[in-house]
Amino acid sequence: MRTTRPETGGAPETGGVPAPAPESPAGPGRTARVAAYVLGRLTTAAVSLFAVIVAGFFLFRILPGDPVRAMTEGREVTAQQREELSRQFGLDQPLWQQFLDYAGGLLRFDLGVSFQYREPVVALILERLGPTVLLAGTGTVVAALLGLLLGARAGWRPGGRGDRVSTGVALFFWSVPTFWLGLLLIVLLASGRGFMPNLFPTGGMVDPGVSGPLETALSTARHMVLPVTTMVAVIYAQYLMIMRSSLMDEKGADYLTTARAKGLRDALVRRRHAVPNALLPTVTLVFLNLGQVVSGVILVETVFSWPGLGQLFYSGLRVPDLGLVQGLFVVFAASVILMNLLADLVYPLLDPRVRP
Amino acid sequence: MQTDHPPTGTLLRRTAASGGALLLLGSLTAVPAAADEADSSTLTVAVAQQVDSFNPFTAQLAVTTNILRHVYDSLTTVNPQTNEPEPSLAESWETSEDGLTWTFNLRDDAYFTDGEQLTAEDVAWTFDTMMENEAAAVANGNYVAGFETVTAQDEATVVIELDEPQATMESLRVPIVPRHVWEPIIEAEGDAFSGYTADDLPTVGSGPFVLTEHSRGEHIRLEANPDHWRGAPGFDELYFRYYSEKDAAVEALRSGEVSFVYELTDAQVTSLETVDDIAVNIADGKRFQAFTINPGAVTRDGEEFGDGHPALSDLTLRQAIVMGIDNEEIAQQGSNGQAVAAGGYIPPRYTDFHWAPEGDEAFLDFDPGAANEMLDDAGYARGDDGVRVSPDGDRLELRMHVHADRPDNVQAGLVIAERLADIGIEIDNRTVDPGILSDALYDAEYDLIFTGWTVNPDPDYVFSIHTCGALPDEPGTMQGDAYFCDEEYDELYEAQLAEYDRRARAEIVHQLQEVLYREAVVNVLTYPNIMEAYRTDHIADIQLEPAEGGNIWGQDGYWAWWSAEPAEAALSGAGGARGTGVSGGVLIGTGAGVLVLLAVGALVLIRRRSTVEDRE
Repeated sequence: MRTTRPETGGAPETGGVPAPAPESPAGPGRTARVAAYVLGRLTTAAVSLFAVIVAGFFLFRILPGDPVRAMTEGREVTAQQREELSRQFGLDQPLWQQFLDYAGGLLRFDLGVSFQYREPVVALILERLGPTVLLAGTGTVVAALLGLLLGARAGWRPGGRGDRVSTGVALFFWSVPTFWLGLLLIVLLASGRGFMPNLFPTGGMVDPGVSGPLETALSTARHMVLPVTTMVAVIYAQYLMIMRSSLMDEKGADYLTTARAKGLRDALVRRRHAVPNALLPTVTLVFLNLGQVVSGVILVETVFSWPGLGQLFYSGLRVPDLGLVQGLFVVFAASVILMNLLADLVYPLLDPRVRP
Repeated sequence: MQTDHPPTGTLLRRTAASGGALLLLGSLTAVPAAADEADSSTLTVAVAQQVDSFNPFTAQLAVTTNILRHVYDSLTTVNPQTNEPEPSLAESWETSEDGLTWTFNLRDDAYFTDGEQLTAEDVAWTFDTMMENEAAAVANGNYVAGFETVTAQDEATVVIELDEPQATMESLRVPIVPRHVWEPIIEAEGDAFSGYTADDLPTVGSGPFVLTEHSRGEHIRLEANPDHWRGAPGFDELYFRYYSEKDAAVEALRSGEVSFVYELTDAQVTSLETVDDIAVNIADGKRFQAFTINPGAVTRDGEEFGDGHPALSDLTLRQAIVMGIDNEEIAQQGSNGQAVAAGGYIPPRYTDFHWAPEGDEAFLDFDPGAANEMLDDAGYARGDDGVRVSPDGDRLELRMHVHADRPDNVQAGLVIAERLADIGIEIDNRTVDPGILSDALYDAEYDLIFTGWTVNPDPDYVFSIHTCGALPDEPGTMQGDAYFCDEEYDELYEAQLAEYDRRARAEIVHQLQEVLYREAVVNVLTYPNIMEAYRTDHIADIQLEPAEGGNIWGQDGYWAWWSAEPAEAALSGAGGARGTGVSGGVLIGTGAGVLVLLAVGALVLIRRRSTVEDRE
């Protein structure tokens, strides 16, 4: 594994530290390399986050429209009322002052106040975080499991009938517009028509008037079925496709021949030997999607009136509620950055080949 | 090494099976939830807008002000038969000779929901607070802008002194709050009052309903106030449920999860018209859809700004543009017939204030031939491409800003572009987001631009925005929406505001509309109908406002929800107005779901057994 390089002109190796012997992977050199690797990733993440905060602030200021005018649209207000609102929102301050206030607040984990809800953005986000994680988390987990299961089967016999049907169905749903599929499910399974009328609720998270933990849980479960189904149907294809191609790559590997030579049944060879190795590339995908769990599935939340972060973002963009959208933007971005960082840190643990 | 790995396939399958179990669980719970018996009658309204604040001094958004109208009474309301002002908290009122002193006599049987009587002290304190505290004036400060003093003469008499006479005094739609609750809040909050959202429930109010519950983004619950002086409302509770997507709300109406939906489109109405147990209400429009022409924007000091087409300051050209457009065609094409072609500024539902040009007055009616002739005579010669050039040599290519979020505007814009081409005017159609449109308007960087207002029973405000006083102090700060300024108009505006005789005032209001029509800056196209629908098996009877051709949502009084009577089904339990109603479909559907899942489970079991056999 060690690279041998011809010494040219006696120039010392970078850093002057002798390369450690491969026999002692736990030596001090390795610790340093791991530390450097981790530090590098952390720096990258911090720089990204900073860029997002600055860009987010100015990006949303470029949005056309004036929050005060939008909020008072159609109302019989005087110029004094508008000025007072503008003052309350801090929009009468120069832009640099607004940015300094905003940046100062961020250091104290204060994302400012929402114009339309008149509440701290942090409180609003925390309130909506639970529903979003519940919906999008369940959807991601189910989609991943379903996609990986079907992908492993499809990739084991690519081109076969099972593969063609399963891949075809997955790609069909992948290309279906989320909004349309959601509405279709509502029409078929929730409205007063279709072949199973009133089976599920048309929207929301809990029936109004429901109390008690068990009843609430049951009502929530019932409300989750259609949104989760919609979400899973639309996204499971990406897991399926990655798993399928990854398994196809592994199929020809020598260790599988060995396993077969030991007389293992085909299904066992796939399950115990091929799948675990093929799972590696999907790790990145899972982490990326987990990062996006927080930003929710805006379309699913909107069509099913799910009280999550996606819906909150949507309602904020229409004003534009600058305090709210830039706060959400930072949180969304931060969660993706955090999950990417985790993926970078976890991946070497799973796959020794990419260890620093 | 191998033994460390779990049998992945089995794990995956097991988890997939639990995913199926989730579905099963969901469909099973459909039954108990739907069978939940409702002891009381519930009316459920699907709403799309979020709550900004339940603080009546600061709440801005339509859904909140609508709800607060049911929670806090105001001095006067609107008669649902005639649309004219009618007593509410104030039993009667009189004015002094000079019109500057208004004395309101309160009723003696109005109580807050905590048992305290509502007195003149509460009224005076509410108005005073709005006059003294800028943060408390954000929502309704416009009503008290002309107040000199407000005093509680005795328990039941409020006296308001004005700077100038104002005819709008009979329409003070200000929620009267209990002083004993709000004074401590204002003191405690201090500068932070603007951020106080009053989410401490139940609310202490004086209206026919009490606000008892708010789950943000999910629902708002109101309970009937059985002791209200007007009598208890028909329904025991009122739910406002969030539906972020209107089509989903329409499905919820079909399924019976909600009793009422509003702001429907023509297509939604068509699909609901034939459904059993659903009544569609098509009401006369409260709103006008218009476009304004940039007459050359100036500030109050006369400083010109913006980049409007210079030729548009010519009255002849503006009038020709209006004559080139067929409002009837826009009502038909743009709104599928769900609108009424407009003449004057105020919609016809306000019978006494409405004005429409007739006979010789109607000289701007659709007449492209006459429009072409006028332009030819005024020296707007056609170029080689058929587009006219102004006498000053400017080609008549006009930008038109259209609200992309309003389908009827978009359609109307297409019609206008086509019609104006007939008279030699080229339109650069800019169908844009509201924010872009609003920026273009306030910076005066437009030629033609769409607008629209919902007109209240008292039309003062929609006229005030076209006075010279509504011009901007400096570019970007306009109070109005058209850069209109006309001496005659301003005199008429002052006159109608000072006229307390409704008939005489209506006469002046007609003249105001005549000026607007003649000047062709503010050009009303149509009055779009209001479209809404409700379940007749939930609501047996409901009061429209006005009674003839009136609407349910967005009334100026609280007539609809106060008057609504529950239907049999809403009272008899078995789901009721709230519930989904366990239909045969639910049972069959659930049964089918269970069967499918059992079959899947059996298959999995068989497969596993066979695998086990294989292994051995």
